Amino acid sequence: MSGLLGKKLGMTSIYDENGKNIPCTVIEAGPCIVSSVRTKEKDGYSAIQLAFEDKKEKHFKKSEVGHFAKASTNPKKYLAEFTRFEEKKEFGDILTVEVFREGEYVDVVGTSKGKGFQGVVKRYNFKGVNDATHGQHNRLRAPGSIGASSYPSRVFKGMRMAGRMGGNRVKLINLQVVKIIPEKNIIVVKGAVPGPNNSLVKIERWS
Amino acid sequence: MSKNELIQLVEDTVEIKEFPKFKAGDTVTVTYKIREGNKERLQKFQGVVLQRVGSGPTATFTIRKISGNIGVERIFPISSPFIEEIVINKVGVVRRARIFYFRKLRGKKARIKEKRM
Repeated sequence: MSGLLGKKLGMTSIYDENGKNIPCTVIEAGPCIVSSVRTKEKDGYSAIQLAFEDKKEKHFKKSEVGHFAKASTNPKKYLAEFTRFEEKKEFGDILTVEVFREGEYVDVVGTSKGKGFQGVVKRYNFKGVNDATHGQHNRLRAPGSIGASSYPSRVFKGMRMAGRMGGNRVKLINLQVVKIIPEKNIIVVKGAVPGPNNSLVKIERWS
Repeated sequence: MSKNELIQLVEDTVEIKEFPKFKAGDTVTVTYKIREGNKERLQKFQGVVLQRVGSGPTATFTIRKISGNIGVERIFPISSPFIEEIVINKVGVVRRARIFYFRKLRGKKARIKEKRM
């Protein structure tokens, strides 16, 4: 596996060599610094910790300064661990978008947009009541029955009902890398990516 | 560097062809390439521009024509590589940027005043 942390910038569309329109998302990815290396002997599992995006000095905490000193760098905004990394990495190694190549497929992890408290029609694609007539009143988007009566005399766990929607960790797999601009740390992937603009995303490649 | 500039960088790679300026209410003829199997040929679509949407390489425009008493609308991306040529036939006088009311008009009412050049 190989990966990077990045920031979703927004969407646009470009054309491929056949003239086909490709909707794509622009992500500013890296440069990420290896801030820590977890090893089997010391931590019980192996992974590398990547840090992304500078922050202002007034936001530094002493504990962070100490942690990042091992990688001889300043504290960064975001940290994430990547397991099963292909190559061996050392403290302070810098990863850029050049870990990816145009045309290959990556997975993108993000936090989806929060939708707030939503009913079952939006949240679970229930149909609602399609009739306005036949005695229907005030229940166009109602969920309907949530179970039988005296048996089982309760509502089953996990019954789909209204509630908080969105704001979940979402992973999209097999997005094609359309374009890479190494000078500006930009990677362009085909299709949409979870989350609002300027949100943190994790790009992974499993080979 | 702001976010938009970085997206702009990606958008700059899309080639935007130069076309004469047109707006909603104008009658234009769009010549575009059609690929059938391996053969390529040109086709023309003439009609009234209903709207222009968007900016940069993602901009599109909608054209409406009446084909055999049936209204046909086509949306073209302005940076589409298939568009060969856009010719302005008439410059119309309309008060709106998007003339959706035009869809409901039939016969003599479905006329747009032409701008005297």
